[in-house]
Amino acid sequence: MSGTLTTTQMIFGRLTWDAFPWHEPIVVATFVAVVLGGAAMVAALTYFKLWGYLWKEWFTSVDHKKIGIMYMVLGLIMFLRGFADAIMMRLQQALAFNGSEGYLNAHHYDQVFTAHGVIMIFFVAMPFITGLMNYIVPLQIGARDVSFPFLNNFSFWMTTGGAVLVMISLFLGEFAQTGWLAYPPLSGLAYSPATGVDYYIWALQVAGVGTTLSGINLIATIVKMRAPGMSLMKMPVFTWTSLCANILIVASFPILTATLVLLSLDRYAGTAFFTNDFGGNPMMYVNLIWIWGHPEVYILILPLFGVFSEVVSTFSGKRLFGYTSMVYATCCIMVLSYLVWLHHFFTMGSGASVNSFFGITTMIISIPTGAKLFNWLFTMYRGKIRFELPMMWAVAFMLTFTIGGMTGVMLAVPPADFVLHNSLFLIAHFHNVIIGGVLFGIFAAINYWWPKAFGFRLNQFWGKVSFWCWQVGFWLAFTPLYILGFMGVTRRMRVFDDPSLHIWFIIAAVGAAIIAAGIGAMLVQFAVSIWKRDELKVEGDPWDGRTLEWATSSPPPEYNFAFTPVVYDTDTWADMKRNNYQRPLSGYQAIHMPSSTGAGVILAALATLCGFSLIWYIWWLAGLSFVGMIAVAIGHTFNYKRDFYIPADVVTRTEEERTRILAAGV
Amino acid sequence: MSSATATMEPRAYHLPEEPHLHEGHSTNLGFWMYLMSDCLIFAILFATYAVLGGSYAGGPGPKDLFDLPLIALNTAMLLFSSITYGFAMLAMEKNRISATQGWLFVTLLFGGAFLFIELYEFSHLIHEGAGPQRSAFLSSFFTLVGTHGLHVTFGSIWLITLMVQVARKGLIPANKRRLMCLSMFWHFLDVIWIGVFTFVYLLGVLR
Repeated sequence: MSGTLTTTQMIFGRLTWDAFPWHEPIVVATFVAVVLGGAAMVAALTYFKLWGYLWKEWFTSVDHKKIGIMYMVLGLIMFLRGFADAIMMRLQQALAFNGSEGYLNAHHYDQVFTAHGVIMIFFVAMPFITGLMNYIVPLQIGARDVSFPFLNNFSFWMTTGGAVLVMISLFLGEFAQTGWLAYPPLSGLAYSPATGVDYYIWALQVAGVGTTLSGINLIATIVKMRAPGMSLMKMPVFTWTSLCANILIVASFPILTATLVLLSLDRYAGTAFFTNDFGGNPMMYVNLIWIWGHPEVYILILPLFGVFSEVVSTFSGKRLFGYTSMVYATCCIMVLSYLVWLHHFFTMGSGASVNSFFGITTMIISIPTGAKLFNWLFTMYRGKIRFELPMMWAVAFMLTFTIGGMTGVMLAVPPADFVLHNSLFLIAHFHNVIIGGVLFGIFAAINYWWPKAFGFRLNQFWGKVSFWCWQVGFWLAFTPLYILGFMGVTRRMRVFDDPSLHIWFIIAAVGAAIIAAGIGAMLVQFAVSIWKRDELKVEGDPWDGRTLEWATSSPPPEYNFAFTPVVYDTDTWADMKRNNYQRPLSGYQAIHMPSSTGAGVILAALATLCGFSLIWYIWWLAGLSFVGMIAVAIGHTFNYKRDFYIPADVVTRTEEERTRILAAGV
Repeated sequence: MSSATATMEPRAYHLPEEPHLHEGHSTNLGFWMYLMSDCLIFAILFATYAVLGGSYAGGPGPKDLFDLPLIALNTAMLLFSSITYGFAMLAMEKNRISATQGWLFVTLLFGGAFLFIELYEFSHLIHEGAGPQRSAFLSSFFTLVGTHGLHVTFGSIWLITLMVQVARKGLIPANKRRLMCLSMFWHFLDVIWIGVFTFVYLLGVLR
């Protein structure tokens, strides 16, 4: 950026040996562990000759099921990283009393809380829900794949590219120290001159492209590819909530993109959008980012509302109570989510009338949400309830989420918010709804659809251990935060003076440790289940399911359904079973499918490289990788042959194999 | 769909024949959604301009900077390019390859002229000390107009690509679909420009 550039600076930008945090023993130890672990994994993959398999069958695959699973794996890995950040914060706050500085310096601690928020929202919750929607939606609507299979693969790799950038920031340079929304002027060049905010910007921009495209893709899939007979009001509720969530994605992520472009122009080109001088307006950033940010909250929760609807209805053995009201409630929430953004900064000083408007709209949202809760309760009423793991998570969700929702209504009252704004009460509130709603929903979904994806159930014992650890751990970790919030403790504090607060932070740390045990138990659950998969083997329909995804085998064949299903009822599979549906045993035909392509991986890799070089001011590499991206994209459009037919005899063989398994099971 | 009819005759729960989903069955819808998401980006840039457009920070304002005759010429270039793209699409409907290519080329020329005039305007402004760093007004002006220009640039690259593809493969359905998408993109940029011309330039000089 300066007038005279040395040759090294021209080649490496501002990337130097000092970019590696040598003086931070925690980071160095992590780095060593990651390098050793990574090397071991690469060696194992090479030894077992798995690279070709991974490339051909997974990385370049356009199969929505495989992409869905890859999203879930990405979410799980990043979840462990994000949780490591959480436990570091809990430990720091439990230690930093009575004159102790704790074990994290301010520079490191500020990165930890920023990374925790960014990772948990963008690289845990988003991949998890996108993965679920990718896997389940085409199956629920009786489609063979999504509308744009290549774009789907590309979207996944862009999301991964963003995650890679965040992970690189751990070891090369630093991550943002601004909090997860990077408010200017703090995130401007004057106050954050190093690479942190640039990592933030480019990780989110790269991943954001993927999210937007996957949103467009899933809307087109749901609108265009439903099985014959499936009118909109016969769609399963999960598909409905996915549709609404994806509409929110397409209608809100461009706002994030534009806002971050403006922030990066301020940082890179010296413009004056959010600066204190030259007429800039930092509060405009806060408005813009929350116009994206509030719909984002509903992007996360709506698909999980769909999951709970499926789970509650299945395990109560009844059709969902109030299907129509459920759909309308979802649509209401979708629209209302655009009218509440200002409640995130009542204290900005917009005046009483503006604050009242946004306070009232916020409270109105709790009405359709409440309607949903009553629908789930009435579905359970007089049902034959089976307390399998997914149902346990669903019940825990209803309790936890209701409390989180009520503290949200408290925060929606502007005068109350003036007291509680940016306090730990707020932190407790949104963890109460995000863990209690989004995360519990993801766990319910994993336990519910795992047999669908892999053909065997998850171990119940370890699942229950995980469940109870989470329940106990959650309340131990977050109730103290509510109390501390009322006592006036603000968020993002590193050191405390008042010894009377200490005990609450210790309790919260114990809670976090119990949650850690819950996560450990879940990993053990996965491992044990994979180990004993033969004992846990299931047929197509282990839960007595009600929707179309259970009509095919588990795991489903590449083409999902041998014949295109015809739909007469909301709970199609329940309707088919009621009418003694017989699986067709002959007459198979060749099936038209999209072919795999490596273009998505290459494009996303170039985009990630471009982001990396922009972070480090390596201009020539940024230009080169950008031109490369355009060239590969254009090259890809010259490939007109993007599909193939699965021959009829392959379909016949696959289906006859299933017939044999079904016969053996009887 | 009452259950009474279901018990009388068994329902067919699958189609015996594979339904033929024609290639690109979702492209139109998907591309419309992309355009609308792009429209949102412009909406944010317009909103930003609306908020910051009066923040001159003691620097020059629209009346000092905008040269309406030049902008009128520029606008004409873009509008003509939309008309000629329309002619290209009409020729495509009649499967006339060379006429399609000819009109596409004319469109490209108009697009290029638009970009050239815009770059001239930008360099002139920067030369006068009214660059994007001067004030929040100029930051938002350059970003809004520049983002539109960037779109026209990528549209032009896309147009050249499609001309090569039409030359190679002819007006096959896949290429027609692509030309249709670019057509929507091109007209979309026209609509955005009308917004820019009205709200930025005309209102800027009038105020």
